Order: sequence, then structure tokens, then C-alpha cells
Amino acid sequence: MNGERLLALMRKEMLQIVRDPSSIAIAFVMPLFLLLLFGYGVSLDARHVPIALVASHPTPQTSAFFAGFQGSPYFNPRLYPDMPLARRALMGRDVDGIVWLRADFSRGTLQGAAAPVSVIVNGVNANNARIIEGYVQGVWASWLATQAQRRGSPLILPVDVRSRVWFNPALRSHDYLVPGLIAVIMTLIGALLTALVVAREWERGTMEALMASPATMAEILVGKLIPYFLLGMGGMGITLVLAMGLFSVPLVGSFWVLVLCSALFLMTALGMGLLISTIAKNQFVAGMIALVATYLPAFILSGFIFDIHSMPWPIRAVTHLIAARYFVSILQTLFLAGDVWPVIARNSGALVLIAAFFLALVARISRKRLD
Amino acid sequence: MAAGAPLLEVHDVRKTFRAAKEVITAVSDVSFTVPAGAITGLLGPDGAGKTTLMRLCAGLLLPDSGRVVALGFDSRQAAYRIQQSVGYMPQRFGLYEDLTVQENLDLFADLNGVARALRPARYADLLRLTGLGPFGKRLARDLSGGMKQKLGLACTLVRPPRLLVLDEPTVGVDPISRRELWAIVSDLVSGSGTGILVSTAYLDEAERCQNVLLVHRGKVLDQGPPGDFRARMAGRSFFATGAGASGRAIQASLAGHGEFVDAVVQRDGVRVVLRPDAPMPVLPGIAFTPVPPRFEDAFVERLREAAPGPAGAMASMVPAQGGPQDGSPEVMIEVHDLRRLFGSFEAVRGISFRVHRGQIFGLLGANGAGKTTTFRMLCGLLPPSSGTLTVAGVDVRSAAAAARARMGYMSQKFSLYGDLSVAQNLAFFSAAYGLRGARRAQRLRWAAEVFELDPFWDINTTELALGFKQRLALACALIHEPRILFLDEPTSGVDPLARREFWGRINALAEQGVTIMVTTHFMEEAEYCDELVLMSLGSILAAGPPAQIRARAKTEAMPDPTMDDAFIALIAAHEAQTRRAS
Repeated sequence: MNGERLLALMRKEMLQIVRDPSSIAIAFVMPLFLLLLFGYGVSLDARHVPIALVASHPTPQTSAFFAGFQGSPYFNPRLYPDMPLARRALMGRDVDGIVWLRADFSRGTLQGAAAPVSVIVNGVNANNARIIEGYVQGVWASWLATQAQRRGSPLILPVDVRSRVWFNPALRSHDYLVPGLIAVIMTLIGALLTALVVAREWERGTMEALMASPATMAEILVGKLIPYFLLGMGGMGITLVLAMGLFSVPLVGSFWVLVLCSALFLMTALGMGLLISTIAKNQFVAGMIALVATYLPAFILSGFIFDIHSMPWPIRAVTHLIAARYFVSILQTLFLAGDVWPVIARNSGALVLIAAFFLALVARISRKRLD
Repeated sequence: MAAGAPLLEVHDVRKTFRAAKEVITAVSDVSFTVPAGAITGLLGPDGAGKTTLMRLCAGLLLPDSGRVVALGFDSRQAAYRIQQSVGYMPQRFGLYEDLTVQENLDLFADLNGVARALRPARYADLLRLTGLGPFGKRLARDLSGGMKQKLGLACTLVRPPRLLVLDEPTVGVDPISRRELWAIVSDLVSGSGTGILVSTAYLDEAERCQNVLLVHRGKVLDQGPPGDFRARMAGRSFFATGAGASGRAIQASLAGHGEFVDAVVQRDGVRVVLRPDAPMPVLPGIAFTPVPPRFEDAFVERLREAAPGPAGAMASMVPAQGGPQDGSPEVMIEVHDLRRLFGSFEAVRGISFRVHRGQIFGLLGANGAGKTTTFRMLCGLLPPSSGTLTVAGVDVRSAAAAARARMGYMSQKFSLYGDLSVAQNLAFFSAAYGLRGARRAQRLRWAAEVFELDPFWDINTTELALGFKQRLALACALIHEPRILFLDEPTSGVDPLARREFWGRINALAEQGVTIMVTTHFMEEAEYCDELVLMSLGSILAAGPPAQIRARAKTEAMPDPTMDDAFIALIAAHEAQTRRAS
């Protein structure tokens, strides 16, 4: 490897990056766009769920029960005078659930007997449905407790479940979605950057001129890798700053481990991009392949949204080939749990293997020949 | 390497490519040498295998069999050493468009390891040679086609190579830049003794080489100094004229005479080439004047020997148009003060001309002269910014669809569907023009017969040779019997025989009253036109019959200028005039 030629190639690449806004757009604008889109658009938390409250026979007891819903950030409760109206609202998707206190509710509670509460939930959105169900039970339990307190009698429940949530005590889905999102974004950017710029050299005929020059294939490849690695790390930095600033995702683990692992992951993505560009020699095809072969698997099979453990085993086996899977795991651990070394070491090891595999393959199949 | 030994030796080289399921032989049994201090030219049409040969010589492809030895390195063992030492300029030279002229030079100087101390002198030399001196800070993308090509050459020459391989350096470049490029190349040879291998599709460029190889379908048909080729044709080239008879009429009366190898219509006569040892036939009313032989004459003869058969014969290729052409107006195209602006850029600056029925009308000019823009406006594909435009008596601006039904259009890229067969392409285009039932069947039969497409009827278009694709494209453009035929660079890249055949058909069509509008950058093709306009920078420089335009460039020093000479003289005059005006 000749230092002067490598420097010349890198200088050329830097000039192109500065003058051609497309790579800057991919490195900086696209992550911003994706982060805002997914960060604000995708949320697994139920908040301000519209819900209908119906008391067939309103009494102070029913009002006290409903008061439990009024202050909750999870619900937007609306009072309906009777069930048919509430049902219509549910059908029209004005509300996602109905809490119905029947006519004998007050009498039942006053007598200390079982007081029936009907909860009807729109199951179309299964996630919301489950959350509504859970919260109604919570409201019900706390209401029972206050009632018991007021009467001065101890509350007897057959089983007392006390759950603790570790690592994400607030149960905010952002806190684990956003780190995963970083992995998905960086997959796309890393692969697209190299795939497109190398394909562009083929398309414009500059690759043939480079090949006919004394530059070696290794110099040409490294001359691409280093500038786009730096650019990709810049994009990664912006994504991290935004993730932590905009979505206030806390970073529990150490910053430098994060940087190191990100660099490692970027190498796998750039390697994939180079491989794609040696196969597809025009920008359109290279872009499509990068999208389908890297972004989609990273999105679906990395465990970023869809839990890997609940996938059938053949698909679960496939996820082991996806670099993003390991990075998602590292990111979620670093952000939420801290420097858990066994997890980080295992996943980083996998990233090293994958990066080495792609780069070795690229080095092997790229020859200074046109056939 | 011994002194005086050739710089490049190619021995019995063969190269095949695998495409889908077939093996395509790009080059076979090719042997030649390139000596120092001389230009060796590789001439042939597109698809002849020129680029494959160039890449083999530059060490970017390895031969299947045979040997390529460049500067003493065998490409099989030391391809990398060849890449390091041979100067190679690919056809689309890889200039970085986002980099300036100077940055491109710096990059290639770095890649080639040119010592920093030597650079200032080398750059000064190259910039002077290419005339790019004032443009050092300009981005490569903002250079004209000719300037880009010169910069590409400068980048290749940044470290003076002993062997220079240039793949079609003059393709798509205007005649002035072509001459300048050749001047640079000739300078190199006489100045530094560089050995040069250059490929080209322009046959007139053969004269500038010391040694010429004729390449056709992957084989070398013949090689030798261009003078030898001409000497072989000495005394066999004539210009046939007849009192009052048009060139086309004379060609028709010559058809069927086996004594001629070649007969090409040129305005008022026919340029003919006799077979060797054939006696000159005596034809009443036709006079033959001897003319100096051209390189192309030799090529055509070689091609006819290599590919005898109907394509080589001088049959009168009359594609009988079914429908009557009368009833159409005498003036088929009338353009008055036509302008087209793109933003603040005026691509066409108020041009006016008219085309009469049955004329072959040429639109000539370099890239960027406004030919394509004018063409698109005539076809109703682009609305003019101002001016009037009638085609076949219909105002294109108000009734583009009605005008288009009377037009046939054939583009440079042929616009054929590669995955459809010949029959399916014809069926599609006839349906697109609204032909149905018996009428469509009749037109398809007509196309099959007249264009001799029967043998290829069910073959996919991608598999056709370029000349047959061109034939099919013409058939598709004529399927709805248009009264006007628009041809956009119809012959670029096809071999001289296919080009002759094509013009034979076009002449026959014009004879039947079809009006032909054609753009071309082959200046010698202008001779086929009845009338032409020469465009530059959106304006018409000259209009009239070819002979008249040529006559305008006649000077003491140049008593018999070619169309190329006329073009250059007129543009130089025009540029001087614009400079004075500004």
C-alpha cells in the first residue's frame, strides 16, 4: 500500500463529499429524518386512550370509581349516559374501550358483595387493548383499597402481585426503541454510502480509469472505506446526540464503549455496502439491494421492534446472520442496563466476525479486471 | 526489451464473454504489433470488438488464449505492471466531475507517482497542449464534451507513457475538437517517440495513422499503412453524373451492374468504386469522372469480401409505401422564428426554415448546437417558447396529436423492446399507431418482405446485430405510413455497409414523396441530403444544398473543401463574429 496514492484517493473522496450533497444528505439528513419519523411515530405506550365510562345508575360510588380515570395520563375518559350510545362510539372508533358499571354496582359495593364491572375493549389494536385491561384492573384495585380504608376493614386479596421493572422503570418504550433505531439507521447509512459511491464510479467510468492507473485494488477500497467511515461516524454522532437530547434516552453505560461498538458496527455496514457495489455496478440497483438486503432485515430481524424469542426457530436462526441484531443488543444494554461485559463481549465478537467476513470477501472478489 | 522491438505485441488473441446462456466471441485470431514513434489505428464499427481489444492491451482483461505483451510484460503474469506503465484512456474517460481541472490532474499525478518537482513543468506543458490553461479552477462537469476529452487525455499523459492506448478519444466530439485532439496525439509521436494505439469509428481518421487495422466482428480483416489501402483502390473510384438526372436516378440505373463494389449517392451524382480489373460499363447519358480513392472505399471492399450476400449486393432497396403520398402540402415543415429557452439559457435562438415534400433535409451541428431541442419541438414533444411551427400543414402547438399521426420517428437508441421478438415489436408499434385487423396484418407482411426480416421474425431484438436493429427500427417507424420521417442520428455506430443500405432505403422513400428530416454528426452523411442547415449555439450558420455550403468555405488554400472543412471554417467565422459583436 502506497501512502501517497492512498492519500490522493482519500483527498479526492473528501472533495467529492463536500461538493456533492448527496453523500452528506445520506450521512446527516437521513438519520435525522428517520429518527424523527420513527422516534415520534412509533411508540408502544398507550397514552390518552379515549375511553367511554357508562354508569347505568349514577351514584356517589360510581362517581368515586370514575374519578380514578380522570387524573390518569393513560386515558381520555368520556361519560356516556347509556350503553347503546357508548357502543356506537366504540363502533365508530371514537373510543377504544367501555367501562360499564351496571345498575347494581352501588348496592353491591355497599353490601360488600362482588360488584360487577364490565370492561369492553376494542381488540383491533391488541397492544392498546391489553394496556386498557391492565389499567382498569389497577384502577379497580386502588378503588377497592380506598373503599376498604374508608370502612376501616382490611383489604383481603387472595394473591398480591408486586411487580418491579428493572432497567426501564418508567416502562417508556422510547428508551428501548430509540437505541434499537440507531442500529437500523446506521445499517442503512453505512451500506448506502459505500454501495452508492462505488457504483457511481462504475457508472461514470471513473473506475476503469482508476483500474488503469498504478493504484492497487486495496488502495482503492481503503481509500473509500476511511472517508465514509469518518462520515458514517459523524452521522452516528448526530443520531446519538439527538436520541439523547430529543427523546431524553438515558445512557447508563460508558460513552467510549458505545463509540467503540458503533465503529465496529459501522465497519460491518460499510463492508456490506462495498460487497453490494462490487456486484451491482449501477447506483439504482445498488440502492435497491442495499435497502432490501440490509435495511429490511435490520428492521425486522434485529429485535428492534419484534422480539426474536417469539419468532419460529428457522427465522430465529436467520437472525444470527444479521449484524444489526448484535448491535441492537449492545445498544439496548449500554443505554438501559450499563456496561454488562458478557453481553457486550459476546455481541462485539460477533460484529468483528461479520465485519471481517464481508471485508475479506470484498478483498477477494475485487480484482483489477473488467471481466 | 530490445531496442527497436515493438512496444506492444498481440499474438493470436481470443476473448469470449458469457452472456446469459451463450458464449459471445468478442475477439478472435487477432495479431498485431505497435511500434514506437507511430500511431496505430484500430478502425471498425460499433460492436467490432475494439474496446475489448483496447482493454486486453491495457491489462484490464486477460485473453482466453494467445498472448498480450506490453512494454515487455505479459498480461497473464504481470497485468499489474502493464496497468502501472501503459497510459490508457478509456472511451468514457473517468473524469471526476465534482473536481476541478487542476484537482483531476493532481489526482492522476499522485496516483501515477509523478515527482512534485517535475509537476509544474509537466502541468504547464499539458495545459498548453490542450488549451485548458485558463480553465484550471473550473469543475470538470462544466467543461464542453471536447474539453472533457482533452482533459482526459491530459490526465492520461500526466506521467509521459511510452505506450499510449486511446479508446475512441474522438467519439461524440465536434469536428474542431477532433482536429485538436489529433494534433495533440500527432505531437506526442513526433516529439517523444511514444507508441500510440488508437481506436476510432470515423474512417476518415485512418489517414492520420501510420498503420491501420480494419476490425470487423472481432477479426482483423486487413492491416497496413493507409496509403497502401488507397493505392490498391487507385484508378477505381469515379464520380458518375448525368445531364439533368438526380443522383438517386443515376444510382437506380447503376443498380444491377455487377462491375461496381460501391455506389453512394452524393447530391448530383453517384460516387462509384469499380471491382478490380472490371471494365468500366458504358451507360448512355452517364459520365464518369475519376476521383481520388478514399480509405472507406477499401474498407467497403473488404467488408463485401467478408460478408457476401444480399446485404452486400447493390440491390435497389425500395420499400414500397402502400398508401398514396399525394394530398399532402408542398411545404411539409415550416418553421418561423422558433425559440426555446431553458430558464435563462436560449437553446434555440429564433431559427427559420422550410422543408419541401420528398426532400431529405439535414440538421447538422456539434453536441449542444440545439439539434435535439429543435427536433423535439418539430415532433411535438417539447413546446416552443415562441415562434410558429407547422408540420404537414398542421400547427404542432395546437394539434400535436394530429401532427404526430403523420410522423414516423426513429431515434439513435432505436427505441426497440429488447425482450420482444421482431414480430412483437412490429405488432406493438402498429397497435400504438392504431392499425387493426387486415390492415395491420398487411403492414406486418410489408415490413417482413421489404426489410427482409423474415429470418429473424421470432428472435428477440437484443440478439440482433446492430445493422438489423436499425432495419427493424426503421420498419417500426414506417409501419403507419407516415408522410414525414424523423431520424435522430440514425446511423451512429453502424458499419459502412449497413449505413449504405440504410441510406438506400431512405433515398427510395424520398423518391416516393416521403419527407425525411435527419440529424447527424457524420459530416460526410450530409452529402446524402437535398438541403441542410448547419447549427451552432442555437443559431443557423448556413442553409442550402450541400455543394453550396461546401462552396462557402472555398479558399485558395482549400480549393475543394469537405463538409468537415466547411463546418470548421463556418464555425470559426461565426465565433469571430460573435466575439466582435460582444
